[in-house]
Amino acid sequence: MNEDTTQNASSFVSQVDSAFVFIFGISLFFLVGITAFLVYYIIKYRKSKNAEATHIEGSNTLEIIWTIIPTILVLSMFYYGWSGWKFQRDIPEDAIPIKTIARMWSFTFQYENGLITDTLYVPKGKAVNLDLVALDVLHSFYIPAFRVKQDMVPGKQTNIWFESEKEGEYEIYCAEYCGLRHSYMRSLVKVIPANEFEAMTKIDSSALAINNEVVDSRQAGISITRKYGCNACHTADGTKLVGPSYKNIMGRTRVVLIDGKEHEVEADEAYIRRSIYEPNAEIVKGFEKGLMLSYKDQVTEEEFKQLLEYFYYLSEQ
Amino acid sequence: MSNLNAVSFREEQGRYKGIFAWIFSTDHKRIGLLYLYSIVSFFLIGVLLGAAMKLELLAPGKTVMDPATYNAIFTLHGVIMIFLVVVPGLPAVFGNFMLPIMIGAKDVAFPKLNLLSWWIYVFGAIIALSSLFMGGGPPDTGWTFYAPYAFKTNTNMLPAVLGAFILGFSSILTGINFIVTIHRLRAPGMTWFKMPLFPWTLYGTGWIQILATPIVGITLLMIVGERVLNIGFFDPALGGDPILYQHLFWIYSHPAVYIMILPAMGAISEIIPTFANKSIFGYKAIVISTLAIAFVGYFVWGHHMFTSGMSGTALYTFSLLTFIVAIPSAIKVFNWVGTLHKASIQLETPFFWAASFLFVFMIGGLSGLALGALATNVHLHDTAFVVAHFHFIVFGGVGFAFMGAIHYWFPKIWGRMYNTRIATSGWIIFFIGFCTLYLPMFFLGVTGMPRRYYDYVENFHGPNIVSTIGSWVLILGLVIILTNLIRSAYKGEKASKNPWGGRTLEWTVDSPPTLENFEEIPVIDRGPYDYRKNPE
Repeated sequence: MNEDTTQNASSFVSQVDSAFVFIFGISLFFLVGITAFLVYYIIKYRKSKNAEATHIEGSNTLEIIWTIIPTILVLSMFYYGWSGWKFQRDIPEDAIPIKTIARMWSFTFQYENGLITDTLYVPKGKAVNLDLVALDVLHSFYIPAFRVKQDMVPGKQTNIWFESEKEGEYEIYCAEYCGLRHSYMRSLVKVIPANEFEAMTKIDSSALAINNEVVDSRQAGISITRKYGCNACHTADGTKLVGPSYKNIMGRTRVVLIDGKEHEVEADEAYIRRSIYEPNAEIVKGFEKGLMLSYKDQVTEEEFKQLLEYFYYLSEQ
Repeated sequence: MSNLNAVSFREEQGRYKGIFAWIFSTDHKRIGLLYLYSIVSFFLIGVLLGAAMKLELLAPGKTVMDPATYNAIFTLHGVIMIFLVVVPGLPAVFGNFMLPIMIGAKDVAFPKLNLLSWWIYVFGAIIALSSLFMGGGPPDTGWTFYAPYAFKTNTNMLPAVLGAFILGFSSILTGINFIVTIHRLRAPGMTWFKMPLFPWTLYGTGWIQILATPIVGITLLMIVGERVLNIGFFDPALGGDPILYQHLFWIYSHPAVYIMILPAMGAISEIIPTFANKSIFGYKAIVISTLAIAFVGYFVWGHHMFTSGMSGTALYTFSLLTFIVAIPSAIKVFNWVGTLHKASIQLETPFFWAASFLFVFMIGGLSGLALGALATNVHLHDTAFVVAHFHFIVFGGVGFAFMGAIHYWFPKIWGRMYNTRIATSGWIIFFIGFCTLYLPMFFLGVTGMPRRYYDYVENFHGPNIVSTIGSWVLILGLVIILTNLIRSAYKGEKASKNPWGGRTLEWTVDSPPTLENFEEIPVIDRGPYDYRKNPE
């Protein structure tokens, strides 16, 4: 747990790691000690060496000793574990709120100014407070390097806070099993200097577009698919994941199931619109129902137009 | 004592012939063996599924299967191993076979109920397994069937919980049967504190089975209410709370861990004094710690949910209780090791299983301390560390005790002896494979690899390779052990009544025992582990 790379990555690391070292140390001591006794007795008192066993039924003194010592030890472990953890519940009042949205199988992060990213940016040396929202099923937000984890429960807001003390990039995993692509539900947290973070989150909501220097519809489309986590399930290169690929989608005739019956439809603008806003009304044959949520009230009309242009672009290749 | 006319329970001619003489038999020994054959078959399926998972994790990315298959396999592995193998495990097999003999009875208190338990078990197993193949596509929810995912992808949650409930009924009936048997049928002179320790653990287990299992029924009712009447209990889409499901699930499933481990501890408490030729150290302390584990074990379920968003008060209360349940387990380990002091130890296969049980059980128990502490739990929860921890307890603890028990009581059950040299080599290979398989997973968990992961980043690769190789070694050991036992059941040398020099009552009856075990019910006037030659 005490790798150089994660040392002081967050303010919790040292407390969690010292609790771990304390518990691990005692555990290892007892494991080695008792195993040594075990092996020593087996060798010393094997039948060929000791033909006659001595009749001993027990000893109250020993029973009391080996009840009291473990009791003291486990209570001290409890205390260490509790005192090393309780800070995780005291969210500082000035912590910067970042809304964290999980859906199968991606995380997105929304900052105070409305900027949305698929990578979590946090300022170095400042506390951040993540409001965790799960849209579909249970997920769990886990940054191993920071020693933090919190389940994300649909219909219930949970929170997690931390303060990172070291610039760098760290892995984010989903730790609660959430279906087919659970192990691909990953992201990165980038700890950046506080002034950069401020610049990024203080400018207006076109920040994302500016950051990505939109030059054509293709880049706008890519940004939107990243912003909403579309790429967790759909690809732009024809690979089939959980949902169909965007490649060559426009103008194609598709076989879809509506209420279990097969229909043929042409993938036009109306079809794309339905697929985004009412994803479960018609399901392309060969894919499962119920995996995609509606993006109504999320994807704006302008973004929809940009997506459409992007899909046309992918279909002209 | 031996009556020349008496035939063993295996040869006894009853009302039925052939297979019916077994599946309609109310003899506790035949029922024990029915359970043994069913449980071992499910166990082997579970092992193959586990090995397939390990093979997939040999390398990052796709190795042999796609993610949907992997998710289905770990779900099946969990459901089979927990509900069909480890929960019934020792009580149903060795409890049924040995309990009446060890307390000097001719059968359990309710032999027909006992047969019914096995039939319910088979029925429940069919329901539980068929539920896995209903609904859209293969199941992929994990054995915990957490809401709302289990509601969302397909509809298998209801039949799965129904299966668990039916299996639970089998468990409740066995529990009632054993408790009544222990209360009513002990041989004259066998006071509570003259009873051997394996029956004691079955007694503790029986109470957990009766008191904890009905929770599954309540959960089932609520799921029916939600699915059929649309009352929102668990599904947030209906206004329910998924966390409530987790509470109900673990209120049963955590005590179920003690249903698994207590009889395992009981079997170890039988093996150690027999091979040490010595009274067990601290008999009463072991009895009391058994009952303490059974009692405190009800109140620790919340430690499965430390990151679920429960209140801080709930968290440290459950953490404290979790640490308290560690104490009686520690006391047992000290007493087992203490028994070996000034002993005269016969180095036979069952003893090796018992000694290695102590080692793997200690690793399992001690790694549980890191999971019980809040600060470290938050980091380790839902990682490979947890998987390693419970495999050390459930496969290491229960599995090693089961292996020890089968090698210990084999001559009694089949009346023949196995090849001890092959049995011991099987043990050592299995033991090495086991440690190679699960120790690297502690490391993976500490470095942050979540569980139920089909794919992983490159820095998790090394330990995963070691772990997969361990699974091959373990299977090699298992094959050697099973081949030896199966062959010996037919062709082994005839075993005497008491090949190990044991002092408990099962070693005074024929190998294999006759239908009614005892010609004359013995009168007990000494403790169960009195190894003195001339007790005063």
